Amino acid sequence: MATIRLAINGRSYAVEADAQTSLLTVLREQLDLTGSKYGCGEGLCGACTVLVEGKAMRSCITRAGAVAQKQITTIEGLARGERLHPVQEAFLEEGAMQCGYCTAGMIMSAVALLEKNAHPSRADIVDFMDGNVCRCGTHQRVMNAIQMAANSSAAEKGAAR
Amino acid sequence: MSRPEALSQDQKTVELRSTGPPGAAVPTYSLEPERYELTAAAPYRFDLDRREFFKFLGAGVLVVSVLKPAVVAQESGSARRRGDESLPKDIDAWLHLGENGKVTVYTGKVEVGQNIRTSLAQAVAEEIKMPMEKIELVMGDTKLVPFDMGTFGSRTTPTMNPQLRRVAAAARDVLLGLAAAQWKTDVKQLVAEDGKVRDPKANRSLEYAALTKGQQLTETLPAEDPLIPATLWKVAGRPIPKVTGREIVTGAHRYPSDQKLPGMLYGKVLRPPTFGATLVSLDTQKAEQMGATVVHDGNFVGVAAANSDLAEEAVAAIRAEWKSEPQPSSKELFEYLKKHPEETPDEEDRYDLGAIDQALAAADHRLQQTYTLPYIAHVPLEPRAALANWDGDSLTVWTGTQRPFGVREQLAEAFRIPEERVRVLMPDAGGAYGGKHTGEAAIEAARLARAAKRPVKLVWTREEEFTWAYFRPAGVMEVTSGMHADGTITAWEFHNYNSGSAGIRTYYDIPNQRIVFHEAKSPLRQGSYRALAATANHFARESHMDELAHLLKMDPLEFRLKNLKEPRLRAVFEAAAKQFGWSKAKADGAGFGMGGGHEKLGYIATFAEVQVDRKSGAVKVVRVVSAFECGAIVNPDGLRNQIEGSNVQGLGGALFEAIQFENGKILNGRLSEYRVPRFSDVPVLETVLIDRKDLPSVGAGECPLIGMAPAIANAIFDATGVRLRSLPLVPDGLKVS
Repeated sequence: MATIRLAINGRSYAVEADAQTSLLTVLREQLDLTGSKYGCGEGLCGACTVLVEGKAMRSCITRAGAVAQKQITTIEGLARGERLHPVQEAFLEEGAMQCGYCTAGMIMSAVALLEKNAHPSRADIVDFMDGNVCRCGTHQRVMNAIQMAANSSAAEKGAAR
Repeated sequence: MSRPEALSQDQKTVELRSTGPPGAAVPTYSLEPERYELTAAAPYRFDLDRREFFKFLGAGVLVVSVLKPAVVAQESGSARRRGDESLPKDIDAWLHLGENGKVTVYTGKVEVGQNIRTSLAQAVAEEIKMPMEKIELVMGDTKLVPFDMGTFGSRTTPTMNPQLRRVAAAARDVLLGLAAAQWKTDVKQLVAEDGKVRDPKANRSLEYAALTKGQQLTETLPAEDPLIPATLWKVAGRPIPKVTGREIVTGAHRYPSDQKLPGMLYGKVLRPPTFGATLVSLDTQKAEQMGATVVHDGNFVGVAAANSDLAEEAVAAIRAEWKSEPQPSSKELFEYLKKHPEETPDEEDRYDLGAIDQALAAADHRLQQTYTLPYIAHVPLEPRAALANWDGDSLTVWTGTQRPFGVREQLAEAFRIPEERVRVLMPDAGGAYGGKHTGEAAIEAARLARAAKRPVKLVWTREEEFTWAYFRPAGVMEVTSGMHADGTITAWEFHNYNSGSAGIRTYYDIPNQRIVFHEAKSPLRQGSYRALAATANHFARESHMDELAHLLKMDPLEFRLKNLKEPRLRAVFEAAAKQFGWSKAKADGAGFGMGGGHEKLGYIATFAEVQVDRKSGAVKVVRVVSAFECGAIVNPDGLRNQIEGSNVQGLGGALFEAIQFENGKILNGRLSEYRVPRFSDVPVLETVLIDRKDLPSVGAGECPLIGMAPAIANAIFDATGVRLRSLPLVPDGLKVS
């Protein structure tokens, strides 16, 4: 056991945990941030995706000790108060969910994708999102939502200019 | 319409005579028996005590709906095998309109992603004339909702939806009656709208909340309360967004695996190395020294610890020796199923028409083929999870299940306590697809919680979900057919071994038929899977139809329509063909195929375009067009979402999903070893909806799945001339010589 300092959603936490414990376990069990989900434990379904320094990481295979002091964003930290992130808005607008269990991971991956590539093509989206599994089969809607979010962010930036 | 003087403080029971819109027949069909259900629900009678209700709910107006016996027979556990047994009448839903003007609807149906929390609220809003946001649904809490057999068989929309509409309509009539009494006016000149009763002549209105203030009114449903016809729907029939959407996109919604209680421990079960193993010796000393509570009870060994890492370590520290018997393997599966019939099948499951043997002998063309499909896993993204808490000898469990009452019964049985002391709650869960009918995790968590004297949460790992849940049954289908030279099918013999009898009957018009389901001893634990055996039976039937068409060099669409009278099925085939462009030119390596059918009261036709790379053998489904008809559409966007989802789920089983097993072990029980559809697999999905406002609304969660596998198999044949008769079709690509 060690004290690990984690910076999550703009807050800092000191958690008592084994450095080998997965970030997902720390988030869910110690910090009650249950928006990130367990799906496979192998980093292959994407339900546990969080942003570490803006990059998508599978928190189930990320050791808590490895991300100490780094800026971590979970689904709970994406909205600004009542104002949803454009990707969250787009998922709602497109109805890009059924059971919603994969949604947090989908949204976090999509945010990471748009950070890297503001105007992804359909092929870029497929390529980047292929590690996120949806069992309800909302893939087409998720792709539409990501394109919608890309367009709305572009529109916002255009308007701000 | 009920009048104020007709209202009684005494609870009375009025039988429902109709559950559909006026003039429309009640949509009934014999529910495919949950053949492999692992437990049967005991018949349960809910005792209605009006005073208890109001003590719990607060004052207001309460409307109770009583199921008519025919519907009870479909929904209740004890009539599983024979749908015509008479059963006691049962309450199936109720609605409370509180003094605060809010409506709470209580139903035993549960939300697993199929969007019924939204579509049922829409139906209620439509009838009671209130905004959606003032309507709350309490679902699947066995303490608060009336008995329900479970959420499966695409039953919610054809049965629960009209029941709730009826209940809501009755509540609206009570409110109109109250306003009429207060204003001393004729109820006929009043209208209900937007949470108010309005008197247009006198230009006055009253909020529902004002009308319910201080009331304790109970209304059971009038026998014939006119429902608003679908053509006049304002809220129902529209693409209302999911009511829990915001909670989902912000991560706020608490799924079963997210539940938490103060002082909660984390549970973990020691799994045997093979199915059916028995414990020979056990040493738990190390685990106990680590501070875990260890439970050993028969073959059950588990631990509860302060965190999940510790629970995992403690289980790993247990030394156990198991004994097991040799078991069959997937290599010999199909032979095994044919050679091991169930010795005491539940009942003869066959259908005979005309004189099949003579018709086959007289046919111009005969064709005999065998089709197979393997076990597959549901892989709900949220595995089984439960949080259990004991208060003395009363047990409360939060768990993800399609059958909260079934799980309650299992818990009562496991712990030898009366069902009244068990409460099961079902928070909206992360997928089920027919795979969460049972309460394993609930029982395990409860056993550990009883020993630890603390609440225990237990979440299955993905490997546990792959191994210790149950599978979609594997099956062998043998088809022998005969036809005239002109393409008229004259004989149809169809045998299904093990997979089930859902969708086994042909809807093509064939004068001579023999259709038999053969129950077999299954090497693996098997159970419901979205669409049940309709997937297997449609795959065999619609593939065979294609083979017959090609035998005569007839167009597969023309061949089907030649042998098909059912207008609703013809309509979806024709609509899908038109949208797809069935007769358009094909690119090099492309193939077109179709499959369709009628299941769970819905009608589907699926057209697929595949692209086959002859060099690499890669098969890509590039485009799928589905035409679907399920009566009057309640929520077109929710419906499209269900159809698209069915297609993606069906795609996995069609192309590459299969459980490999050997001697009591699952060989590919991880996501790295079992392939599920991903973004790169998903074709362009186009959906044509046929909205039949003149017909009762029926379910859509299952039927759209059944056309996918045959459409793809037929398209692969079209592209390559290779006929594939076993699912999955191309787990390792297509070998073209």
